[in-house]
Parts: sequence; structure tokens; C-alpha cells
Amino acid sequence: MLELAVDDLTVSRGGVPVLERLSFRLGGGEVLVLRGPNGSGKTTLLRTLAGLQPPMAGRISLPPEAIAYGAHADGLKATLTVAENLAFWARIHGTREIEPALDDFNLQSLRNRAAQNLSAGQKRRLGLARLLVTGRPIWLLDEPTVSLDQASVTLFADAVRAHVAAGGAALIATHIDLRLEAGIFDVGPFKADPDAPARTPSPFDEAFA
Amino acid sequence: MIALLARDLRLAFRAGGGFGLGLAFFLIVSVLVPFGVGPEAEVLARIAPGILWVGALLACLLSLDRIFQLDFEDGSLDLLATAPIPMEGTVAVKALAHWITTGLPLVLAAPVFGALMSLDERGYWWIFVTLLIGTPALSMIGAFGAALTVGLKRGGLLLSLLVLPLYIPTLIFGAEAATRGIGGFDNATPLLMLAGITAASVALLPFAASAALRINLR
Repeated sequence: MLELAVDDLTVSRGGVPVLERLSFRLGGGEVLVLRGPNGSGKTTLLRTLAGLQPPMAGRISLPPEAIAYGAHADGLKATLTVAENLAFWARIHGTREIEPALDDFNLQSLRNRAAQNLSAGQKRRLGLARLLVTGRPIWLLDEPTVSLDQASVTLFADAVRAHVAAGGAALIATHIDLRLEAGIFDVGPFKADPDAPARTPSPFDEAFA
Repeated sequence: MIALLARDLRLAFRAGGGFGLGLAFFLIVSVLVPFGVGPEAEVLARIAPGILWVGALLACLLSLDRIFQLDFEDGSLDLLATAPIPMEGTVAVKALAHWITTGLPLVLAAPVFGALMSLDERGYWWIFVTLLIGTPALSMIGAFGAALTVGLKRGGLLLSLLVLPLYIPTLIFGAEAATRGIGGFDNATPLLMLAGITAASVALLPFAASAALRINLR
């Protein structure tokens, strides 16, 4: 059973807790939208869930190799073409097909253009198309619609809908309304008290944070 | 992992990828030294192994910060960390790509540049062999240093300071093996030590480097 379960999770940035005692569940076929003002720890939470940093406390349970992380940076190589960039990520994840992803994000006409010659929105579309070629069921997306125009936002929302309809799940930090059937998870109430003495890391941990 | 290797090689050979940077530096050193030292063939032939080894080492150092820095800046490193490839594999493959684009050209070019330094035929052979055995260690140790400094802006200086002391054993045994071989003496001991350094760094440093990367990605 595909499920991302978070229990009593505390996440930290630079050794300082930013969100604490988070608990939520995300099952197959669901979309959860993360809300919260800038600096509230949405990115930190997503990076922790993606396994890029260890949680400070609490438990994350998820199936192995289930996460596709979409960060602020798209991980594109400027001198490679659109198709080469996408084919690289497809091979890394052991999938072969990049054509459906190119179709879904309307990139067919750009496939032989070097990534350095793309506009910001086109780059973003390529970065999102990468999610499709990973073949991973749980998408963790950090502000996926930045620099996208209205038509591209619709393309993205359609891609999420298709992914969810196929049994996938998505956790999306965004400020705009994607018109998806989604639960809302506001991180505001979980904001950690930075001066809480019990959770201050030891000097040893801090040195390696 | 082959995909990652192919991508890194392709990036290096494309415009602005930095392929040839180390080779050009190596050429400059080999051309300049005879001007600085003077044209006496005997003196040049005596210092040639040392100069070529130091030149290869510095040429290698020149491109180290590219191993992880570019991937870190454009976010690829985060994505690679969440990919199904183990981090140790990523590090090893990127070190291999660095060796193929920097170390291997130096190994192949060294005998040619040795001609500029009045090396004889035996010298070509031993320079080629010692560099072939020793340069993989330079790339692997360098990848470890690059992993330690990946998050730092302008980390190049710190990287050089960190890595140079670690390069010294490779340099000592490499140059010693070449010098002894050229002189016609038995050089099995320094050659084996050199091979041992390479084998140990290739076996151990991917784990250390990936641990350093994980800490830097937090």
C-alpha cells in the first residue's frame, strides 16, 4: 500500500527546529497542498521527506525509492538539449520513455534546443517533465508553478491529475490555486519555538549540521 | 551509472566543459620549464620526471572544483541524491569521469611533452606507466576534497589547501618510481606503493566523499 506517513516529525534548518510535531498521511490517489508564509519551513519539510536531510525527531515512513523531488532548481545542464536532459534522468531512474513527458509538457518543438536557450518558464516545464520520467509514485514539489504562464499551469495541473488518477500521490508547496481536488495542510500552527531549550542540539551535532 | 558517466563526459567535451584545460596547463608547464632552467639537455633530463609529475598534479588540481560544484549549483546533486544510484556510486563515477577527461589525456600526452624536456625512450615509458598508475588516485582524492568543499562559495582555494597535502605521497612515489626507472634501477617498491595508494583511495574514498556530500546537502 502506497502511503507516506509522518508521525510527530520535527524538521530543522541549520540546527534550529523550524517545524515541530507534524503528523499527516498521504495515500495513493491523493494530493496534499502545503500552505504557509515564506520562511515557514515548507522547503525544509520537503527536503527532509525526500531524505536529503535527517529529521530532528519523529518518524517518516514511506515505501523505498518512492520519492520524486522537484526542487526550486531544475537540475538542467545548459549545454545539453531538452531531449538529452530528459533522457539522462530517464536512464538514471531506469526508464526509457521520454516521449510522453515531452508531449505532456508541450516540449516536442523544443526537443533539440540547448537548455541554455530556453526561457525560465520553458526550463521549469522541462524540470517538471523530469517527474514523469522518474516513474516514482510520490511527488514532492516545491513551488512547481514559479515562472509558469497560465497555459503551462494548466498543463502541470493536468499532469498531476493524471499521476494521481494512476494511483500516485503528490505533496505540493504552492501559493496559487491549482484547481485540484486536494487536501490543504497549513504548516503555520506547527511553527517551532526557536528558543525551546530542550531541543537545542549539542555543540557536537551543531558542528556537523 | 553508465548514464551518469556518459553525461559527465558529454558535458566535458561540449563548449565550456573544461576538457583540455588541464592538458593546456600541462603543455604550458612543459614548455616554460626548459626556458626557465636553460637548454642543457642533461639537467633537463634529470629534473624531467619531477617536473612532469608536478605539472600533472597541478593540472589535475585545476579542474577539481568542477566535479561537484556545477551539479550542486544547478540542483542536479540534490536530484542525484534522491535517485536510485547509491551516493558512493555517484562519487566513484564522477571521479572516473574526471580521470578520463583530465588524468588520461595527461598520461597520454606526458611522453610527448617529455620530448620537450629531453627525456629518452626509457623515460617516455616510465613517465607513462607511473602516471597511468598514479593519476586515478589524484582524481579520487580530488573528488573527496571537492565533496568536502562543495557548498562553499569560491571553495577552490580551500580545496587546493586540503587536497595538496593528500597528493604528496602520490607525488613522492610517482616521481621516485619514474626517476629510478629512467636511471635503470629497481623501482618495484615505489611502484607498488603508488599502486597501493591508488587502490586504497579508489576503495575507501567514495564512502568518505559521499558522507561529506550528504552533510553538505543538508
